[in-house]
Amino acid sequence: MLNYIWFGMIVVGFVVGIMNGRIDEVTKAVIESSGKAIEISIGLLGVMCLWTGLMGIAEKSGLVELITKLARPILRFLFPQIPAKHPAIGAIVMNLVANFFGLGNAATPLGLKAMNELQKLNPRKDTATDAMSTFLVMNTSAIQLIPATVISIRAALGSANPTEIVGTVWVATVCSAVVGIIAVKLLGAIFKRGKPWKL
Amino acid sequence: METIKIVSSYALPAIILVILCIGLYKEVKVYDIFVESAKEGITTVIKIMPSLVGLLVAIGVFRASGALDLLIFALRPVTDFIGIPNEAVPLAMMRPISGSASLALISDIMKVHGPDSFIGRVVSTMMGSTETTFYTLALYFGAAGIKKIRYTLVAAMIADFSSILASVWICTLVFGRS
Repeated sequence: MLNYIWFGMIVVGFVVGIMNGRIDEVTKAVIESSGKAIEISIGLLGVMCLWTGLMGIAEKSGLVELITKLARPILRFLFPQIPAKHPAIGAIVMNLVANFFGLGNAATPLGLKAMNELQKLNPRKDTATDAMSTFLVMNTSAIQLIPATVISIRAALGSANPTEIVGTVWVATVCSAVVGIIAVKLLGAIFKRGKPWKL
Repeated sequence: METIKIVSSYALPAIILVILCIGLYKEVKVYDIFVESAKEGITTVIKIMPSLVGLLVAIGVFRASGALDLLIFALRPVTDFIGIPNEAVPLAMMRPISGSASLALISDIMKVHGPDSFIGRVVSTMMGSTETTFYTLALYFGAAGIKKIRYTLVAAMIADFSSILASVWICTLVFGRS
């Protein structure tokens, strides 16, 4: 599926760019975006090492096991495929906590760590598991306590009450998380019965 | 609101302190284990580089060519029918693709319409309740080396779409359309 989306975006982009007479901008975007991708990766390197290092300590000390035990009731519903004491659970919980507090710098490395752990449970290494899909959808629905960036932009633009949107953000986030999890569970069940369409 | 802000800024130091203190209490060689485990971070980042380059190039081409604007224009009848305000449609399309471009968009929209207008509140809510889905997918699946993502993108897009609808709905309900 990613193959077609990727191919489509680039080819449609080039064709539209030629028709719009913006082929120079498109060429520039190709070069700049590839540079930016590496910039982002390098920027991640530091925090990534920091958090895998800290998670290593948390695992050795038994903290991860404790968190896992506490979170088991919810996680058993969301991730029934993960064995009870697997380190993936610790990384998933830590990632969700970091996301909740808006700690993007910690959330991404912990999320990547969780994906690596989930991959160890994966029998088909090139194919996403149900647990991975659930985790991804929970991450993209962005459950967070305070949307700090949006608030600061609103304040900078002279809003009378920059934080008034916190409540509406919560409602919208919870809606999308619930719908997302239902979608994952339903699609997962459909896919289990065979291949409704080839992806 | 103040207390939430305080919790937010103390969360990170608190998490680090708890990890270190419990580690020491359980007689873990904290520094040695830290250095040993931190190596894992380097391999993960190197693994995500290729997928990130691929994705960002595709997004860059799609945006710079004007194809995204075309898509927004083509979807206008649908978005009108659902009741998404015209001004918010570009954000709804941009949000899953690019975080920085979305930030630029909402600042621009709020500069024109004012942050306390209906449009301003809707785009703020949309921005806060969604993530850069494509980027997250590429990053996380890239790190694990997954090629077949099955239904993940479909489910994530359904979640994004529902948060857009919910944003419009809850802002209408709470603030009224003015």
